[in-house]
Amino acid sequence: MNAPTTSAIAERMSATGTANALELRNVSKFFGALAAMEDISLSVRPGERRAVLGSNGAGKTTLFNCVTGDFLPTSGTIRFFGEDVSAFPAHERIRRGLRRTYQISLLFSGLTVIDNIYLACVGVSRERFSFLRARRDDALMASAEDLIRLVHLEDATHTPVAELSYGQQRQLEIAMALSGAPRFILFDEPAAGLSPTERRELIDILTGLPGHMGFIIIEHDMDVALRVAESVTMMHNGRIFKEGKPAEIEDDPEVQALYLGGGDDG
Amino acid sequence: MAVEDTRLTATRRTEARWIERIPLAYWVLGLALLMMPAFANDFVLYQIFGWTFILGMIALSLMFLAGYGGMVSLLQMSLAALAGYMVAIFGTSAIETISMGWPWYVSIPLALLVTVLFATICGWLAVRTEGIYTIMITLAIASAFFYFTRQNYVVFNGFSGFNGVLPPDLFGVDWRGPKAFYYLTLFWATVSYLAVRYVSKAPFGLALQGVRDNPRRMAALGYNVTAHRVAAYAFAALIAGVAGILLTWQSAQVSPGTAGIGPVVDILVIAVIGGLRRPIGPFIGALIYVLLKTFAVDVLISLGLAGERFQLLIGIGFLVIVFWSPDGILGLWDRWKENRGRDPLTGERRER
Repeated sequence: MNAPTTSAIAERMSATGTANALELRNVSKFFGALAAMEDISLSVRPGERRAVLGSNGAGKTTLFNCVTGDFLPTSGTIRFFGEDVSAFPAHERIRRGLRRTYQISLLFSGLTVIDNIYLACVGVSRERFSFLRARRDDALMASAEDLIRLVHLEDATHTPVAELSYGQQRQLEIAMALSGAPRFILFDEPAAGLSPTERRELIDILTGLPGHMGFIIIEHDMDVALRVAESVTMMHNGRIFKEGKPAEIEDDPEVQALYLGGGDDG
Repeated sequence: MAVEDTRLTATRRTEARWIERIPLAYWVLGLALLMMPAFANDFVLYQIFGWTFILGMIALSLMFLAGYGGMVSLLQMSLAALAGYMVAIFGTSAIETISMGWPWYVSIPLALLVTVLFATICGWLAVRTEGIYTIMITLAIASAFFYFTRQNYVVFNGFSGFNGVLPPDLFGVDWRGPKAFYYLTLFWATVSYLAVRYVSKAPFGLALQGVRDNPRRMAALGYNVTAHRVAAYAFAALIAGVAGILLTWQSAQVSPGTAGIGPVVDILVIAVIGGLRRPIGPFIGALIYVLLKTFAVDVLISLGLAGERFQLLIGIGFLVIVFWSPDGILGLWDRWKENRGRDPLTGERRER
């Protein structure tokens, strides 16, 4: 065996916890000539809860897609707990503890709630290729049932997803993102379309997550975003516009002009 | 698919022993199939049912890929023929210059291994494409296989292929005897059917259906979508391979024509006629196909028409079914059951 190079040692040391949960350096994404996201640099500490705000087309979802590997960035590097994952396919990043939810629920509508969550639990386990069915005392099935309780879907356990209400589908989406042992989660507008009661439940779930589980949340509802996040990043036209504490961002006149006053592309 | 999924989830909940959960229809069908040799003649056992079970298995391997994986592969008949060729080459045949003459417990596993490996390589090429392109690439490989076996005399013995490929005399039974062959094919068809049903609800099968419905989401759940699809090709090839060996034993020969373009497309026709949504569909399609292919000639001649027009009958049948029920015969059956469960006046579901 060759002796590990210094950079490899540094990589491993930084991967053990001293590094940021998420570190973006000069990440850009172009669709043809269109810059969906340009020169984004962003650091999120482990356990940090960050809100990303911005009008439609600001590049928030593109940011998520680049981080999870749904598509690769045009340029720049992405580090996840110190490890350079820029060229990793999506499933490799997920297996390292990254999770996400989708703005428009991407669920398996023909399957039941429990089967959807079970699939999510299997996906980050070693039983992905198992030809054996789950037994009644299966550990993955048990953790799927725990997740169902966490998002209050017990009554719909065996309901096909197609028959769920919109709010229930959003809750299922969150449960699936919590499968396995997530280290960092990206929530893409989890509160969109929810009733006020469902919003309160969502805030309870998000604030009740274990302290080490950091996340980024994209949210148009300032009330939700500022209540669950400890720091805020404002995006505008594919670039980072401002970063700060929720209170600073809320009081910032430029932000107010842009976001609350209704931007030209809002 | 939703209908079956909910039903299976429901069975997972019930506490009854598994044997009590088998529906009555299964007992009746199972008993009828087991008792068949008591009242059916040798021709029906060997030619009709033997052939139905074999073609059903090959179509089942396509149903697994297309129904659960969303991948329409025209390769399955070629894989069956490849397994047949390998048994002839590794085992015994009348072509003694080529056949190695190894015992069955070496030649059969080796034949299946080669088939699965070949399918894995082809699958690895094909899964990078979608929809019509998957059909095109698998058809291209199937055509290449046909022409290669026809022109290669060193390994595949060219145009005439291999004859005298016989099953081993295991347990002192002549496995080409009509009754023995009937039970042999019934056994392997049942095993394949149950395996596909079982795997469809195991993590691998569930994930495959997930990949079919939403590959992007599956990647975001940690699944390697490409690897999953390739593995599905390998699993399907095992079923097609077993069927191919049985097919070779049935006619005691394998030749390029076994997997000509006609038979290759026939497998797709069988699967679509029966229905691609459930594993029983391919067997229904195979029975219809075999009955038409066997008796249409006589019916046509008795009507004063040319006997060779039987392909036309199959074609018309295919058109009618695809036109009226894209889900095949199974789709018609589902709709009939659905309608029966509704009140004819209000269209409301009846309480059951």
